[in-house]
Amino acid sequence: MAEAEQASDPFVIFKDVQKSYDGETLVVKNLNLEISKGEFVTMLGPSGSGKTTTLMMLAGFETATHGDILLDGNPINNVPPHKRGIGMVFQNYALFPHMTVEENLSFPLEVRRMTKAETRKRVEKALAMVELSGFGKRMPAQLSGGQQQRVAVARALVFEPDLVLMDEPLGALDKQLREQMQYEIKHIHENLGVTVVYVTHDQSEALTMSDRIAVFNDGIIQQLSTPDDLYERPENSFVAQFIGENNKLNGKVKNVSNGSCRVELTSGDMVDALAVNIPGTDGRTTLSIRPERVEINPPVEEVPNQLDGRIEELIYLGDHVRTRLSVAGNSEFIVKVPNKAGHVLLKEGEQAKVGWRTEDCRALDPVAIN
Amino acid sequence: MTDVSYDRTLADGVKPPEKHEEAPPAAPLTAADGTPLKKKLAITMRRARMRAFLLTAPLLVFLMVFFVVPIGQMLFLSVHNPTFADAMPRTTEALAEWDGSEIPGEDIFALLVEDMREARADRTIGRVATRMNYEVPGTRSLFTSTGRKAARLEPPFKEALIDADEDWGSLEVWAAMKRVSSTMTGSFYLAALDRQVNVDGEIVMQDENRQIYVPLFWRTFWMSALITVLCMLLAYPVAYLLSTLPLKYSNLLMILVLLPFWTSLLVRTTSWIAMLQTQGVINDLMVFFRIIGDDNRIQMMFNQTGTIIAMTHILLPFMILPLYSVMKTIPPSYMRAARSLGATPLTAFIRVYFPQTLPGIAAGTLLVFILAVGYYITPALVGGQSGQLISNLIAFHMQRSLNWSLAAALGGLLLAAILILYWLYNKLVGIEKLKFG
Repeated sequence: MAEAEQASDPFVIFKDVQKSYDGETLVVKNLNLEISKGEFVTMLGPSGSGKTTTLMMLAGFETATHGDILLDGNPINNVPPHKRGIGMVFQNYALFPHMTVEENLSFPLEVRRMTKAETRKRVEKALAMVELSGFGKRMPAQLSGGQQQRVAVARALVFEPDLVLMDEPLGALDKQLREQMQYEIKHIHENLGVTVVYVTHDQSEALTMSDRIAVFNDGIIQQLSTPDDLYERPENSFVAQFIGENNKLNGKVKNVSNGSCRVELTSGDMVDALAVNIPGTDGRTTLSIRPERVEINPPVEEVPNQLDGRIEELIYLGDHVRTRLSVAGNSEFIVKVPNKAGHVLLKEGEQAKVGWRTEDCRALDPVAIN
Repeated sequence: MTDVSYDRTLADGVKPPEKHEEAPPAAPLTAADGTPLKKKLAITMRRARMRAFLLTAPLLVFLMVFFVVPIGQMLFLSVHNPTFADAMPRTTEALAEWDGSEIPGEDIFALLVEDMREARADRTIGRVATRMNYEVPGTRSLFTSTGRKAARLEPPFKEALIDADEDWGSLEVWAAMKRVSSTMTGSFYLAALDRQVNVDGEIVMQDENRQIYVPLFWRTFWMSALITVLCMLLAYPVAYLLSTLPLKYSNLLMILVLLPFWTSLLVRTTSWIAMLQTQGVINDLMVFFRIIGDDNRIQMMFNQTGTIIAMTHILLPFMILPLYSVMKTIPPSYMRAARSLGATPLTAFIRVYFPQTLPGIAAGTLLVFILAVGYYITPALVGGQSGQLISNLIAFHMQRSLNWSLAAALGGLLLAAILILYWLYNKLVGIEKLKFG
């Protein structure tokens, strides 16, 4: 794999891509996305957000209504799926039920007219890669879900494609197996250096595996960044809400200065926040604060933003106590209180002060709080 | 993942063989009240089993009375024919002793005349004559005319009879009489296979120009096979469309497929007559468009072509439905997976889609072939002379010639052929893989 190319030429390019099924609504609205060689990019979003459609366009099973898709510099809009040379792992694996594991794996090699010896060598290598050597003669139905998943991954990789697409491949597995498979797929990606485009609606899966995540909603990429960026610096309320837990407070921008702003909450309290995505002075905004960044009864000199709250519910979770409060008219305000040495015990119904640092509070586009 | 966890996941599906260690024989388990557990279980289960049996009893009785018993009786009829033995008891008894090497003596002739006089008085001589005629064609009149004369015959009967008709001196007739006199007979099966027993007691084929049933069996089988293949070729794309079209279109198509089921068989068949006959719609159109001349219209009805076209149409749903039910369960992701792995649409179809539809094809072909082999009404209406099937001949023997034993033998052969076919299918495809819907 040419390392030099990686920085300069994106491997996959979506250029102004639009997709409509019925000619009335756009499922994908003006998609622009560049993926480098060797990258692991996840398309994350709720169902109906256009992420699977985007993947299907890349695989060639759907045609873009408008725009270009380029693979390694060549437009592939009119290239049929079998000539794209893209490996794909499907949601329910799509292992051919009438073929053994070996036959499934040799299928892509046989249609490429590879010699028998070479085929056998590659199949064995692929099986060893997913630690299923010796399972070649089994039928897919004789394998457990996790094993089928491995075979599906091996089959998508056995013909050594440069690009592998995965469409919610772990959706059918139980939680424990899913987590294990996440690491395995990640390691395979690291070892082979192939480019992976991965679709999921599970944010923890996306955070675990990806180099970059494209958060989809309503046919638009809401934000495309690294996992930590996405969590810590969401650019709009949808991303803040979709990735991780989030506290929302609605208010009005009073003044903006030096990248921060002063916001008057609906309750009348005044707080400071980072001005990230606000319409300007007097515009409405929704503040986003992560539960683990809020402190209860903090020292005033360190934490400038302090509000009164009432403790509604305490849920003991071992390493932390999940505390639900009513703050500034929001009764779903969550604080994670770490269970550290010498922390003060809280009681339901008590009044408490909650506070956070200005840099942990982001003023984003306004949304309704329900 | 380590090997240990493989074993664990494996255990969900396939259990490793348990180790049998030499354990001392344990005392039988008992329930809390001291009765052996096995007995207790049997008592508690009995009620449930009784109830289940009673629920299915009406159906069992119905099947027995209207299905198993009549078919059994019919099959029995094909090997059992007491006509001769009932009407001519003395001769029957005497013939059992006769060794068949030469014309019997005066004593048997005397018994024969006595039986004939009685049979004539009872008016059963006609049935005996018919039965003999099945065995040796042309002997009907031998019995009927001799029967008329029997009252006036004087001893010695041997000479008197041979005098009346020299056929009474034929060993062939006497051998046939001996065969006919036994109530259990395979002769109807022989007849159904165009075979007969000659003077020497060997089974031989009928003359070429007198063979009826074997050619008809062959015709029935090849026409049924052709109809099955045609049905499959036509049904496959329709079933595919049905299983892949969006619901609102596939529902409409499904109605079109099922419409023939809701229409009377007679209406469907007669409408084919209207379409295909020489003065019918298709011929008229072809003449109108000058594709054929008015004086050489194509004969498409009242021959094999007519039978094949009409039966293919009528049996088509029986092929479409099993195919559809199988195709419905094949998710489109298989074809997509095959395409993404580099297969052309054709390769993907041949290697991935088609093999998965085999259970449907197997079920459909079996169903259509079996139905076609026994089809009666359509060939009777549109088949003319060359399009008749074996079932039409069975009907003929049931209704016209009243040779029920031969009809039963033909039916029995048909049943046997289908059972063999079923067995073959089980060997080749596996019955458990069949999917009818």
